[in-house]
Amino acid sequence: MGSIAEEILSAHVGKAVKAGEIVVAPVDYMMSQDGTTPLTIKAFEDMNGQKVLDPSKYSIVIDHNVPSPIEGVSNLHKKMREFAKKHGVKLYDIGEGVCHTLLPESGKVAPGMIVIGADSHTTTYGALNVFSSGVGSTDMAAALISGKMWFKVPETIKLVYDGKLQKGVYSKDVALHMVGTLTSNGATYKALEIYGDVIDAMSVDARMTISNLAVETGAKAGLMACDEKTVKYLADKTKVPFKPVYATMDAKYERVIVEDLSDMSPQIACPPDVDNVVPIDKVAGLPLDQIYIGTCTNGRYEDLEIAAKILDGKTVNKSTRLIVAPSSKMILTQGLETGIIGKLVKAGATVLSPSCGPCVGTCNGVPSDGENVLSTANRNFKGRMGNTKADIYLSSPATAAYSAIKGCIADPREVL
Amino acid sequence: MQTQMRGNAHVFGKNINTDYIISGKYKFKSTDMKDLSTHLMEDIRPGFHKEIKNGNFIVGGENFGMGSSREQAPLVIQAAGISAVLAKSFARIFFRNCINVGLPVIECDTSKIEEGDELFVDLEKGVVVNKTKGIEIKAVALPPVMVKILNDGGLAEHFKKYGGFNL
Repeated sequence: MGSIAEEILSAHVGKAVKAGEIVVAPVDYMMSQDGTTPLTIKAFEDMNGQKVLDPSKYSIVIDHNVPSPIEGVSNLHKKMREFAKKHGVKLYDIGEGVCHTLLPESGKVAPGMIVIGADSHTTTYGALNVFSSGVGSTDMAAALISGKMWFKVPETIKLVYDGKLQKGVYSKDVALHMVGTLTSNGATYKALEIYGDVIDAMSVDARMTISNLAVETGAKAGLMACDEKTVKYLADKTKVPFKPVYATMDAKYERVIVEDLSDMSPQIACPPDVDNVVPIDKVAGLPLDQIYIGTCTNGRYEDLEIAAKILDGKTVNKSTRLIVAPSSKMILTQGLETGIIGKLVKAGATVLSPSCGPCVGTCNGVPSDGENVLSTANRNFKGRMGNTKADIYLSSPATAAYSAIKGCIADPREVL
Repeated sequence: MQTQMRGNAHVFGKNINTDYIISGKYKFKSTDMKDLSTHLMEDIRPGFHKEIKNGNFIVGGENFGMGSSREQAPLVIQAAGISAVLAKSFARIFFRNCINVGLPVIECDTSKIEEGDELFVDLEKGVVVNKTKGIEIKAVALPPVMVKILNDGGLAEHFKKYGGFNL
């Protein structure tokens, strides 16, 4: 009898467990990417790992540094391909997409599961009622060998976002508001459960943006309930039966925060921390040198669609550059078919292959000294995009697209 | 594992994220931690790796290690010769990763530790002695599962010893 996190962990260990207990639980799916897989392989070898216990429960994704810009990276990618082949595990090679878009899109994660990923934004699948959390490479290797992971059952903070978002205000704005109010360590070691009219009204893709940013509050998971939209989302993706898990009426929460977001403006996270969040009017007019739309936070179809709607027939301001990266090949293909990619290119966007390099400063868009960048990514730390002398601001895709036309931070409510 | 350590403090502020510990632009290139450790804290304290004497400590404020799951973060700290990290609080994934790779992490009130202070750390007793200031600081005890993994020398060694989890 408890929170979603307690209920999922209890179901996996076959007895009722409560916040604070330590459990060793079976893991339903695992993933690692090109920043973490090389060390996972090393840890696997250090542990004398002979085989991946269940190769059907693991994917390796090459998405952070693609196509490889230098030989060191190329050699690590090669090692990953060899490991995948040897152990018979699924490998998503360059151009397939970003890990946190690929797993939900291909039906690998479903309600009630425990999923771990060697990537901190693994919290994304919480939007699908999955207890999913980021781990390091050694934990990943241990899970590959044993099929299990140890967890401290977390306490949960319940968030209820009621009201109706204004036109021009999106799930990213809710996510930034959440990080701003909870702060970057407000939920450390804890799970979030996120509810409310605002969440109910959102698409599953939009919800994933919020669960994605849950980790920026320090949270272990950013869980949501399974509803009709979740079931519909999964219908054409997975044939495996799943069992949604709900919090019980008597669940105990560390805190419950209820807010009405009807009056909320678009939000901006200012450098150098994700919790440094202000309403857009505080920074509107700030000149921008580069704008980036994409990543595991906001590179999904509806993110590119709203950007294309705003940029259709317009041009990117001469004073700035716009980089767009769809977060999967499926999204890119769909966008080519519906014409939104064409609209973005015609407006002046540089479209990258599905990948997430610019967010983490590996390739394809390192800003120069003294530049201001507006990005739809999840982190704005000093040096995050590869240059410590550039400032990074975070926003929704709509704010990013409209700002690209204006050449400065601009409020998308002016055109929506 | 060594449970008593002596060294000097290198003090950093709050919210030291894993990108500051080892920047994304380097971590994808190599798994040679000694090589990567020359970039430790480079974005916020250029040349830091040259200041480190073997056995010294990194001392942080709240939420040390926030951000990504990169295990390169504790590994480069270790490779640079740091014997332990002390902070008021730690981010979750970084904290786990440190234990898993056998890098001691000590949660304690670090507000009375200044750059260069000579520290003595006793992991078993859970105390940090600031010899320069003449004060003793009590550490928050690690959960028993983490003590077990740390005592085994990290999770890889634990797995080698038991063939799986034995917590």
